[in-house]
Amino acid sequence: MIAEIGLAALWLAAALAVLQMVSGAAGLRMPEGAANPLAIYARPAAIVQAVLAVLAFMTLLWAFAITDLSIKLVATNSHSMKPMIYKLTGTWGNHEGSMLLWVGVLAASGGLLAAFERRLPERTMGATLAVQGFVALGFYAFLLLSSNPFERLPVPAMEGTGLNPLLQDIGLAIHPPTLYAGYVGLSVAFSLAMGALLTREVNPSFARVMRPWVLGAWVLLTLGITAGSFWAYYELGWGGWWFWDPVENASLMPWLAATALMHSVSVLAARDALRTWTIMLGVLAFSMSMLGTFLVRSGVLTSVHAFAVDPERGSFILGLLGLYIGGAFTIFALRAGAVAEGKRFALVSREGALVFNNVMLSAILAIVLLGTLYPLLTEAFDVRVSVGPPYFNPASAIFAVPMLLVMAVGPLLRWREDKPARIQFEAMLIAAVLIGAIALVSFFGQFPFLPLLGLGLAPALAVAALLPLRGRNLTRVPAATWGMVLAHFGVAVSLFGMACEGAFTEERLAAVAPGGTEQVGDFAVTLQSVTPVAGPNWTAIEARLAVSRDGGEPVILAPQARNFWSPPQATSESALLTRWDGQLYAVIGNQAEDGRWQIRVWWKPFVTFIWYGGLLIALGGVLAIAGRVRVDLKRRKAVARGGERRAELEALEAQPVPAE
Amino acid sequence: MKAKHQRLVLVVIAILAIVGAGLLAAWSLRNQANYFYLPEQMAAEPPAVGQAVRLGGMVQAGSIKTEADGVTVNFMVTGNTADAIPVRYSGILPDLFVEGSGVVAEGSLGSDGVFLATNLLAKHDENYVPKELEGMGTDAAAKMAADTTVGLK
Repeated sequence: MIAEIGLAALWLAAALAVLQMVSGAAGLRMPEGAANPLAIYARPAAIVQAVLAVLAFMTLLWAFAITDLSIKLVATNSHSMKPMIYKLTGTWGNHEGSMLLWVGVLAASGGLLAAFERRLPERTMGATLAVQGFVALGFYAFLLLSSNPFERLPVPAMEGTGLNPLLQDIGLAIHPPTLYAGYVGLSVAFSLAMGALLTREVNPSFARVMRPWVLGAWVLLTLGITAGSFWAYYELGWGGWWFWDPVENASLMPWLAATALMHSVSVLAARDALRTWTIMLGVLAFSMSMLGTFLVRSGVLTSVHAFAVDPERGSFILGLLGLYIGGAFTIFALRAGAVAEGKRFALVSREGALVFNNVMLSAILAIVLLGTLYPLLTEAFDVRVSVGPPYFNPASAIFAVPMLLVMAVGPLLRWREDKPARIQFEAMLIAAVLIGAIALVSFFGQFPFLPLLGLGLAPALAVAALLPLRGRNLTRVPAATWGMVLAHFGVAVSLFGMACEGAFTEERLAAVAPGGTEQVGDFAVTLQSVTPVAGPNWTAIEARLAVSRDGGEPVILAPQARNFWSPPQATSESALLTRWDGQLYAVIGNQAEDGRWQIRVWWKPFVTFIWYGGLLIALGGVLAIAGRVRVDLKRRKAVARGGERRAELEALEAQPVPAE
Repeated sequence: MKAKHQRLVLVVIAILAIVGAGLLAAWSLRNQANYFYLPEQMAAEPPAVGQAVRLGGMVQAGSIKTEADGVTVNFMVTGNTADAIPVRYSGILPDLFVEGSGVVAEGSLGSDGVFLATNLLAKHDENYVPKELEGMGTDAAAKMAADTTVGLK
């Protein structure tokens, strides 16, 4: 019964998406001011549609919670013995469920926009909601026609077939929903951009409406990528934190576009410049989200995440992708010329620096995009290649390094026009830190070029990030500025972690008999014993490693090699020892014929800074949103108070003058 | 500078940068992409020493030998013909890595003709399969991608 309610809610939501689209479009045909009788339905349709889509997702969540094995999706992806938390996270650990989550978030954000956004002209709002409805409709069609999550089995299954154990992890609980919410937040930015373009309302007040959505989506993407990187780091047992896996790239590309968009929309809001560029980035960012969804969901790639293999679905999403991106770029091409030129600025100005970095971000995006799609392209010609770090690292660094250098000085420049000589001192300071750090590091040893450069850039960027605060009263710095400082500082922290990991990692791989000791870095690792252990749905061998630093008190690490039995699969559970200055990473391998066990241990100095940096960047985004929202609330309150006062005044004036 | 001109300059700069990125990508992809070789292809037309490539085939029965250090293994990879490429790998073996199973080794050819693998991709669960081995049972791996050609021509 519950599944049928969910399905009905989904159909109704699809119908409302049609209404929202028609109603929004109807408003577009009328001149501003005149009301089309149809146009009033757009907002309510969006809100009700949001409620229905969320309801549909809730019913699926419920079906997974009670393990309703008469539903095909539950039977193929869940298991009655699974811990409750993984039953719930299993809801979106599969194709249909994750698409339902996608649509649910899409509808919910459309509903939020319709319910709370009052700053835009009604025509622009109508056009925005029409576009949002059009996007949603495609995904409803996709769900209902080719991936119905509520499909029943003719005969209920006796037992579920489980969930991919690699994904049976708390990382799964956070990582995909965060990314999806980020992807979908960009859909709102896209709809707003299209709405503004269609109604020729590309101006600062539109940018102020768009900005919190872009910031929010960007924060979620940042968190999702950070969580995903950490998850891959400890779950896959390979010791790496970024693999340039196509699925990782699929989340990185929207982030790059969103980063550019966020900066560009700020310029539009503050300075009324970069109008068309902002619109184009809005279209690009959502295109990258769609592409990411396509790459992950269509099974076109080979990777750990690509657990959906079904060409029919792939072509469906590809069709949607072509329709939305093609349509958006067509409208863009037709209308971009009509957008009036924004305010001008000099080359050396904060706008100039932001434009430069926008272009660099787009170039990195192009590098990542081509590297990700190249293997797919060559495969069509029967040539099989794989593209990895030897391509991605240097090619993206060529654009990332100038970008980071400009990022260091950009916030110090004035809007509109500035003289390089004015920030001479700051620029010299940053350069001195950069060169000093590189000289210091190369004095102590030979390191690969990119990590060395990173070790120089990181402290220089950290200093540069704090420079905008110099000479200001810290209690009066706006929250949004704190957000920028924090996010830029986070970039430095993250870069420091990456560079340290690249330059200083020490690794030890050995076959060790119980009782044997290996040395890695300052750590002595002693294999005490290897014992079989069992969990709720797996068995494993577990090594007990006593780790002591410089002869200090030993700490026990217990890496496992797990065998899951439903479905049968083996995973390696790494064990981590976190210290303030790095992490010890241990995995256990096979037993050699002579009874020794393979142990692989890494000492990764400051590797944790990569993710701390990611969190700082996200926190910076949160501060920026909080600052903007507070200003907006203040403004609304002031407007309301002004209105009241005016009404009072009018009421006073309207009072009849008492007769004498 | 007129208003129209500034916009034009911006567009030109942006296009130049993106096209530059595209050209750079195309150039380095040609050099840095790892081509996939079958053992007979590697025997006939060996890649340059040290060039990163992938080698895919079957682990020859009876060929896995572990060295005294307990972590370095040597084995032979065969394809559709009698050609076999010796492979050396130091590290933790994938769980389903056994004799007769399909494997894709990432690494480069050494000057002594031994393929030095830095990473082994084996079928380690139902869902993650190296693309080159997809849809194949263990004994079918030898027939793998008979029509696959190495992208040198």
